[in-house]
Amino acid sequence: MSGTPLPGLRVAITGGTSGLGLALVRELLAHGARVAFVARHERDVERVAREHAGATGIVGDVSRKEEIYPIAIQLLGALGGLDVLINNASSLGPVPLAPLADTECEDLEAALATNLLGPFRLTKALLGSLTASARDGRQPIVINISSDAAITPYANWGAYGASKAALHHLSRIWCEELAAEGVRVIAIDPGDMDTPLHALAVPDADRSTLKKPETAAREIAALIAA
Amino acid sequence: MIAADRPMPRAPGARLLVVDEHGMVSHHERGEFVNVVRPGDAVVANDAATLPASLFGTHVPTGQAIELRLAARQSLSPDAVTQFGAVVFGAGDFRTPTERRALPPRMQAGDCLRLGPLTAVVTRVLGHPRLIDIRFESRVSDIWAGLARHARPIQYAHVPQPLAIWDTWTRIASQPVAFEPPSAGFILDWASIKSIRDRGGRFATITHAAGISSTGDDALDALLPFDEPYDIPASTAALIEASKRSGGRVIAIGTSSVRALEHAANGDGTVRPGFGIATQRIGPGTRLRVVDAIVSGTHEKGTSHYELLRAFQDDAALQRMESEEEAGGYRTHEFGDSVLLIKTR
Repeated sequence: MSGTPLPGLRVAITGGTSGLGLALVRELLAHGARVAFVARHERDVERVAREHAGATGIVGDVSRKEEIYPIAIQLLGALGGLDVLINNASSLGPVPLAPLADTECEDLEAALATNLLGPFRLTKALLGSLTASARDGRQPIVINISSDAAITPYANWGAYGASKAALHHLSRIWCEELAAEGVRVIAIDPGDMDTPLHALAVPDADRSTLKKPETAAREIAALIAA
Repeated sequence: MIAADRPMPRAPGARLLVVDEHGMVSHHERGEFVNVVRPGDAVVANDAATLPASLFGTHVPTGQAIELRLAARQSLSPDAVTQFGAVVFGAGDFRTPTERRALPPRMQAGDCLRLGPLTAVVTRVLGHPRLIDIRFESRVSDIWAGLARHARPIQYAHVPQPLAIWDTWTRIASQPVAFEPPSAGFILDWASIKSIRDRGGRFATITHAAGISSTGDDALDALLPFDEPYDIPASTAALIEASKRSGGRVIAIGTSSVRALEHAANGDGTVRPGFGIATQRIGPGTRLRVVDAIVSGTHEKGTSHYELLRAFQDDAALQRMESEEEAGGYRTHEFGDSVLLIKTR
């Protein structure tokens, strides 16, 4: 295993049962971090928790306002505090992808709920813990998983791209505001990965050209250790 | 006083009554509390998040409905959620004032309680029909899930609408270990914490498992506050020491902060970092070693919170404070207005 060990680091990951989230669970556990992850489906959560001793699985949907505090309480119960929050759970918007003019308002709302409001609410609920980590000198960080679609206006990626653009800017503003509290907030674009989300968006993609989520997870672990 | 009956932790128009070191009373907007901060002062708040600690369910031996309120613990460890002290009510909920709540069925050690997805066993009955120790019969992660999803915040009849968990968390809330909100901390937001630093003050936190404020039973209420575990981070102890050395004051946000800091006090006004259990009562006879000023809610005579304020000011000044609160229409309880008392020199 490459990279710096992260012993005892308390890490929460949303969308932790597939794609990049699952790769992050594995990568950070291997580095010695304490990991709790969130995902919507109980069966998947139980399976991933069973296969990864030491990781705590929490069933919850970050797009739903009323589930945020129950999720936060369980994360803090599992970890006893928080040093790293990775807002990774993402919604593509309409499937199959559609031009904005054909995107139902409800599909845009759903993308915003998962990709923007969920990370905002969960970060806000956990900010007391993150700032407590900073006062202890542990250099906490919030990592919001973004996309190049947040920057480049790809046709048919309107709901996803607009919500990730908003998340990207939210991250930059929050990073400015929280610098005095010692909490970093960054948005990162992990690149086009071979994940279930990508398969939904581009079903006929040549998977051999896509980045492995394990590679992106290694890069993110290195960034946390830096 | 008027009960603050809406769950608004940061209500617009909230007020602050200041009693200065000479016992003089003045009225302010709540946000103005930062104006008392001088360079070198340390503002110390309780960052405990509030556990949803009210569980509805059934006393299995009798089949009767109960409400169980978690109320006491011996540890702050996230794994230590198996055993609690608890206060039990019969059928009904917060809409009935606690003093009129039905007694629970008679309980015995070994009785099983079904509380939504959780099962608990009564381990001890503590000399009062409402007061028991319980043990959850589940894995720790399932206890957390059960509390997070099934339990509700403890609340009282003066707020008619059901509280959401977010109504009970302060801006700085971190580990969910308090049974009721450390509500003096509702005065803080991130902008005010920045103002504290901009004024040359320092900001630090302790974590104190604030307990319940009322059981509706005079004999039980006389036992409050129960013993409460707390933790003082090394960084907070260092910051208090730096403040004391530079001639700054310690301004505690909330009675729970005062209780923890004074319990951990060294003779020279610094504090011991680390874990402790606050067992003491603070009142007119208490010599405060660490804390120079307190921000608190408005409290009525006779409560343990009011007794604690008597350590800061004499009864004549507190009488002036009360008269001004009455005349000024101050609102009381957890979502009410605030007071700031500076210790008499």
